[in-house]
Amino acid sequence: MHVPDGFLDAPTSVATGVVAVAGVGLALRGARRELDDRAAPMVGLVAAFVFAAQMVNFPVGAGTSGHLMGGALAAVLVGPWSAILCLSVVLLVQGLLMADGGITAIGTNITLLGLVAVAVGWGVFVLLRAVLPSRPSMVAPAAAVGALVSVPVAALVFTGLFAVGGTAPVALGDVATAMVGWHSLIGIGEAVVTGLVVASVLAARPDLVHGARPLLADARLEIRTASGRPTTTPQA
Amino acid sequence: MSTTTPRATRPRRVSRRAFYATALVVTILVAGGLSYFASSHPDGLEHVAGQTGFLGSADDSPTADSPFADYATRGVDDTWLSGALAGVVGVAVVLLLAGGLALAVRRRGRHDADDADGTDDSRDTVDRRVG
Repeated sequence: MHVPDGFLDAPTSVATGVVAVAGVGLALRGARRELDDRAAPMVGLVAAFVFAAQMVNFPVGAGTSGHLMGGALAAVLVGPWSAILCLSVVLLVQGLLMADGGITAIGTNITLLGLVAVAVGWGVFVLLRAVLPSRPSMVAPAAAVGALVSVPVAALVFTGLFAVGGTAPVALGDVATAMVGWHSLIGIGEAVVTGLVVASVLAARPDLVHGARPLLADARLEIRTASGRPTTTPQA
Repeated sequence: MSTTTPRATRPRRVSRRAFYATALVVTILVAGGLSYFASSHPDGLEHVAGQTGFLGSADDSPTADSPFADYATRGVDDTWLSGALAGVVGVAVVLLLAGGLALAVRRRGRHDADDADGTDDSRDTVDRRVG
């Protein structure tokens, strides 16, 4: 969902640019808390993987395709603040080097694929993690649902921006219906890729999955007490 | 839930270095190999723009003459190689930028952590004295 230059007028692009700068600024502060020695190389790899995966458009029918957006995936793997940094780097490189997504539209793209997709993907994931049984096996499905929801919501936010600053006189209802409809289908692909990748990383190195850490901390505590006593200490 | 069987420590299946190396290889294979099989249909936004009639308002990117514009390497005729090179270059640039950014942010965080450690140490000392 890379917005090219020209879809949105200048004031809207400036406004999303301001939102993007503010969001990235907050992310730089927030990521400090997320990034320990383990997570720093992961951020580079996750950003690189999202870039690579965004090259692979999958068909969603009727002459349309979609690709991973990666907001939910990055948020679950490295944390939401670091995920915003990942997506911002990906979008900058795509816009500047690959001519994918516009230049005046970079703020819009960071807002949609960085801020909105990460916030929604992470928000849904955290909600599910709290509701589902607190087992590491729930992390990948929760991430997949977060990914599923993040794509049509980002599409809806684009429609909102288009309503405010769209340059072409087009029936908004048609745009909203088509955007959410197609991006719900693309969201299924997003969910599948996100679920598979998170499950793979969990299987290999669960400690490298940011979203799984609260659940692993429980397990670690269980082991320590079990070596002394066979009872488990309930964790608040 | 009071379990009586202690859960065994699950052994780490791969070293961190092996994990990172594998992830990098997978990423390069996706960017340089799998991307060749990507659907060339317009993506969701482009399709909707065409369908509802605002595709014409799109401007060409000012970076359209970049040597890697549209994920193709200028001067390389072979379609696969052209796309693969652009993909791998993109992966390398993103990896360096995002990794470097994370390192820069982390170092500052680590400095703060050192400070926090200092406080913890003194508190430990007090605790030890009290205990």
